Amino acid sequence: MKLYLRYLSIHLRSLMQYKTSFFMTLLGQIILSFGGYLTIVFMMVRYHEVEGFNFSEVSLCYAAVLIAFSLAECFFRGFDTFPTMLANGEFDRIMVRPRGLIFQVLAQKIEFSRLGRLIQASCVFAWAIPASGIAWSWDKILTLALMIAGGVAVFAGLFIIYAALCFFTVDGLEFINVFTDGGREFGRYPFSIYGDGILRLLTFVVPLAMFQYYPLLYLTGRTDSTLYMLTPLLGSLFLVPCLLFWRFGLRHYKSVGS
Amino acid sequence: MKSSNTRKPPRLRAYLSIFRIRFLGSLQYRIAAYAGIVTQFAWGGMTVLLFGAFYRGGGRFPMEYPQLSSYIWLQQAFLALFMSWFFDPEIFELITSGNIAYELARPADIYFIWFTKNAAIRCSKAALRCLPILAASLLLPKPYGLSLPASPLAFIMFCVTMALALGVIVAFSMFVYIAAFYTISSLGLRMLALALLDFFTGALIPLPFFPEWLRTAVELSPFGAMQNLPLCIWCGHIAGAEMWKSFGLGVFWLVALVTAGKLWMARALRRVTIQGG
Repeated sequence: MKLYLRYLSIHLRSLMQYKTSFFMTLLGQIILSFGGYLTIVFMMVRYHEVEGFNFSEVSLCYAAVLIAFSLAECFFRGFDTFPTMLANGEFDRIMVRPRGLIFQVLAQKIEFSRLGRLIQASCVFAWAIPASGIAWSWDKILTLALMIAGGVAVFAGLFIIYAALCFFTVDGLEFINVFTDGGREFGRYPFSIYGDGILRLLTFVVPLAMFQYYPLLYLTGRTDSTLYMLTPLLGSLFLVPCLLFWRFGLRHYKSVGS
Repeated sequence: MKSSNTRKPPRLRAYLSIFRIRFLGSLQYRIAAYAGIVTQFAWGGMTVLLFGAFYRGGGRFPMEYPQLSSYIWLQQAFLALFMSWFFDPEIFELITSGNIAYELARPADIYFIWFTKNAAIRCSKAALRCLPILAASLLLPKPYGLSLPASPLAFIMFCVTMALALGVIVAFSMFVYIAAFYTISSLGLRMLALALLDFFTGALIPLPFFPEWLRTAVELSPFGAMQNLPLCIWCGHIAGAEMWKSFGLGVFWLVALVTAGKLWMARALRRVTIQGG
């Protein structure tokens, strides 16, 4: 952990060498992400509700997913850019060092500029939390925290699968974006609105709904079952098969020797 | 540049072969294209379902649900043609590395070389992707799939305005390349352009779903002449006199953007200093 903090500060300091460029990207991200939110505003102002969810509830959902995604992207970026790490031989260097591989891949890249979305999502949060009319008792606060934590875990799992697939092929891995970027974009609205089939897929196969739709039901008082509050924890178990797959891929890895 | 005029090289042919080389070059990335098709198909399907939820809720809608589905599927099929995030990294590389000197030495207009290259890459990416998506979405059941064009005239005008829209978006991205002459890191600029394009061209939600005042403003701007126009013509949302008016406006913007871009480029090139070495 101490070592990770050390890496963190190195990344931060190297970033501060290019302040203008950093703030430009950050600003760009905020604007870009704000545009995405504006589409929700347009749709919700026009139609008031979608499948029973109103504007502030959708906003909560949007913000929780976006915060989870940007945290995952910021700290698990190493897996996201794994193909380059493999191609330029950096991974071979990592393998000979006496530290855990996952740790090193994690520490290799930390992208603070990805936090632009986090800033924008936090603003939406700041508005939606009081506006939603939810009585914020401790269990609701915990649910919200679990949504975000579970979201980070699931997105991280997806990044790890992506990286593990790179051990086999680097061609055509774009499809995983359906779940990462797609999860972010379509997770703006509760996943139930896409129909039962999609909801089932996102519950049992890629558990994006586990940290989004089910806890949201608890949060908005649509159910009182504590099970719904704890679904993000179940969703986090997704990390287990992801890590197993990573190890499986690792065993197949042959260096290109460059 | 002057001397090339006196020799009268077959200008258009030169641009055509630049187009051909680029087009064939990026046709090579087949597997990436297949993955792209899968991604876009999923993306389109989710978007259609998303809007479906709003339509089930009732209310007044600017377009019928099947029209909207067509809009979304065409948008996905021709995504590569209109993608907002695409900028040729080679061109930025040329500018920052100074290799632009070679480009300037070529007996053709640098603005149109870049313009052609950009258009070619977009076309080839779209060519690989559009047919499977079009075919699959035509086969989908009625309200969810792609419907046939509203009329034969709509189809012809769809094709014409597609070409026009491609021209307008490339002319727009030329400004970003030219701006790169003035700054070392163009990333922030690119992100801004991306945000503007994504939002105002209707890539996030179709323009007809914008609030009235904003929609009118955007339709008058060059953004309205990008993907929204051909897509709306196909599904019959824009027809009759309005279609001809929008088409005229699109032509105007194409000419205006290209002229402005060429003028700005000439200015930028005058102050280019190439560090030797």
